[in-house]
Amino acid sequence: MTNSSSNRSNGGSSVWQARWALFRKSAAANWALFAENPVGLIGLGIILFFLLLVILHPILLNTVWDPNVYNPINGFDPQSPVNPAPPSARHLLGTAPQGQDILSQLMFSARNEFILAVLAATVTVTMTTTLGAIAAYYGGVIDNVIMRIVDLVIMVPALSILIVVSGLFELSIVQLALVIGLISAFGASTVVIKSQALSIKVKPYIEAARVAGGGDFHIIFRHLLPNLMPIALLYMMFSVTGAIFSEAVLAFLGLLEVDMSWGIMLNTTRNLGFILDFSNRWYLIFPAGLSITLLSSAFYLVGRALDEIVNPRLRQR
Amino acid sequence: MSNQPLIKVEGLRKLYPIDGGVFRKPSSFNHAVDGLNFEIGHGESLGLVGESGCGKSTTGKMLVKLFEPSDGSVKLQVGDSYINVSNIDRNSRKDFRRNVQMIFQDPYESMNPRMTIFDIVGEPLAVQDIGTISEREERVAEFLEMVGLTPASSFMFRYPHELSGGQRQRVAIARALVIEPAFVVADEPTSMLDVSIRTGVMKLMQDLAERLNVTYLYITHDLAVARYMCDRIAVMYLGKIVEIGPTEELLSNPRHPYTKALLSAVPIPDPRIKRDAVQIEGGISKAIDPQPQCRFYARCPIRDEHCKTHDHPPLEVKGNGMQVACYKVPVE
Ligand SMILES: Nc1ncnc2c1ncn2[C@@H]1O[C@H](COP(=O)(O)OP(=O)(O)O)[C@@H](O)[C@H]1O
Ligand code: SF4
Ligand SMILES: [Mg+2]
Repeated sequence: MTNSSSNRSNGGSSVWQARWALFRKSAAANWALFAENPVGLIGLGIILFFLLLVILHPILLNTVWDPNVYNPINGFDPQSPVNPAPPSARHLLGTAPQGQDILSQLMFSARNEFILAVLAATVTVTMTTTLGAIAAYYGGVIDNVIMRIVDLVIMVPALSILIVVSGLFELSIVQLALVIGLISAFGASTVVIKSQALSIKVKPYIEAARVAGGGDFHIIFRHLLPNLMPIALLYMMFSVTGAIFSEAVLAFLGLLEVDMSWGIMLNTTRNLGFILDFSNRWYLIFPAGLSITLLSSAFYLVGRALDEIVNPRLRQR
Repeated sequence: MSNQPLIKVEGLRKLYPIDGGVFRKPSSFNHAVDGLNFEIGHGESLGLVGESGCGKSTTGKMLVKLFEPSDGSVKLQVGDSYINVSNIDRNSRKDFRRNVQMIFQDPYESMNPRMTIFDIVGEPLAVQDIGTISEREERVAEFLEMVGLTPASSFMFRYPHELSGGQRQRVAIARALVIEPAFVVADEPTSMLDVSIRTGVMKLMQDLAERLNVTYLYITHDLAVARYMCDRIAVMYLGKIVEIGPTEELLSNPRHPYTKALLSAVPIPDPRIKRDAVQIEGGISKAIDPQPQCRFYARCPIRDEHCKTHDHPPLEVKGNGMQVACYKVPVE
C-alpha cells in the first residue's frame, strides 16, 4: 500500500516501471527464440566480429601500430619498399599497391560499412513503414501516388539508378546511404508492408480506437506502426545486405567519393591491373572480397532468423 | 434533466452501393438500414433484435459515428440541447466522444494484441487527454475492479491473449465505461462467449448501467437476451423496424407476424406467456433495390394482395404503447 501510493506521487512511474518490465520480458523471450536458431547466431557472430574490428582499429593505431606505417589511407612502411607485398609478420595481410597495410585498410573500412548500413536501413525502415501505413490507411489518391512511384522504382533495377545518381553527383558515404535508403523505401518491401497494414486497418480494434476518440494520427502511430514494426525490422536486415553490396559495386566502379572502403580496395587493385592475377595477388582481392560477402550475408542470415520469429509458421518444430 | 429522450433517431438510412467503382456510378444499393425512427430515454435500455444481416450493427455504428448515414439524423442530448451527430463541430465532437461509447461483439479482435490491459482500458482517457498518467492508472484500476477483474494490479499489465473470453469482454466493458459515457451501444456483447458465463456478463452490464446511469442500445439476435436486458425492444427486419414497444408487452402479446415467428423459435420459460407456433419460410437475404411492397412479404404467413400492391407499411401505434408496421394488425 505504501509502496503503491509513493509510486503514484512521483508521476506514474509505476506505469513506466511495469512497461519496462514487460519490454525486458518480451526482449528475453525473443532472444530465446533467436538463440534457438544457429543461422541467426552465425550471422550475429560475424556482425560482432566486424564490429570488434571497427573498435580495435583506433586502439591499435594509438598503441602498437606506428601511424606513419599503418595509416590505412597514406601509410607507408620504409622496411618494405616493394609493394604490393604478400603477408608477412609486420603486415599480416600484406600491403597494398601503394604500400598501405591491408589489415589496417580492412579494419578502417568496416566502420564505413556500418555507418552506411545503419543509416540506409534506418531511412528505409522509417520510410517504408510510414509510406505503407499511410497508403493503406488513406487509400485513394495518396495510395495511388505512392504505389505508382513504387511500381516505377521496382521496374528499374536499383543498382542502375544508383550508378546514374553517383555518376552525376560524387556521393559521400552518408549521401549514398540516404539515396539507397530512399530507393529501397519505394521498393518491394513497401508493397508487403502496405498489404500488412491493410489487414490491420480492418481489425475491429481500429474501430474501437476511433470510438475511444482517437484521430488518424493516433491510429497510425499507436495501432498501425507498432504492428508493422516486426516485419519492418525484417526488411531492414535485407536492405542492409543490399546497401553493403551496392556500395561495393559503386566503389569498385570508382563512382564514390569515399576515403577507404572494401570496394575502394578492390577498385585500386583493378586500376593498377592486379585484379586478373589472383594466384600471385590473392591478398589484394581475397580479404576485401571475403569481407563484403561475409558482412552482407551476415545481415541476411540475421534477417532470415528474424523472419522465423516474425512469421511463426516458418518455425519448424 | 428532463423527460426528453437522450437519443433521437430520425429517418436514418444506410445504403451500401453494390457495384460501381472509380469510373461508374453505382446503379444498385443494399438498403441495409432503411428509414429508422426511434428514441431512447435517459437510463433506458433499448434492445435492437433481428436476424443476422438485418442491419443492427450498421445502425449501431451510425449511432456512434463509425459510419456516416446516407440519410436521416442521429441526435444526442448534451446539457439542454441536442447535437446532430453527423454534422458536428470541434466542440461538440469532444462532447460526443465523452458521452458515446461502444462494446464490440468480438472480444478477441477488438483489442490490439500489442497493448496491455491498462493501455486498452485507458485509451479513451489517454486520447481524450483526461488526467495524468497516474490518475489514469488509478481510474483504470478502479474500473477493472468494478467489472470483477480483481485484484486490478494482476490484470493491468497483461496482454489480452493472456485472458479468457469472458475476462476480455469484462475488459471491453470497463473500457467503454471508463469515461462514464451517457450512452453505450453494445453490439451482441455476449454472443461469442461461452453460454455458462453469458448471464454473469449480462448481469454485470445491468448493474453498471444502474450505478453509472448509462443508457444502452443493446443489439442482439436473441429475444431471450433482450428480454433480460432491455426495457423496450425494437424488432428489425431487412433494414426496417417492424415492431417496437415495452419488453413485456412485445413478448407476451406480439403483433407483427415476424415477431411472432421469432418468438416461436425461442423457448421462453414462462408459463404465463402463451403463443402459437408460427412458421415462416426461407431465410433473410439482402434488401437490394427493394420492391415498393412490405419487406416481409416473401416470408409472411398472413400476406394478401393489399400487401403486395402497397409500399412497405408505416410504423403505427396499435395500442398498449406498441408501434407495428403491418397492414393486417388492427389499431386497438
Ligand atoms: N461495411 C459494409 N459494406 C458493405 N455492406 C455492408 C457493410 N456492413 C454491412 N453490410 C451489409 O449490410 C447489411 C446489414 O449488415 P449488418 O449491419 O452487419 O447486420 P447485422 O449486424 O444485423 O447482422 C448486410 O446485408 C451486410 O451485408
Ligand atoms: S404488411 Fe402484409 S406482408 Fe407485411 S407483415 Fe403485414 S401482413 Fe405480412
Ligand atoms: Mg452484427
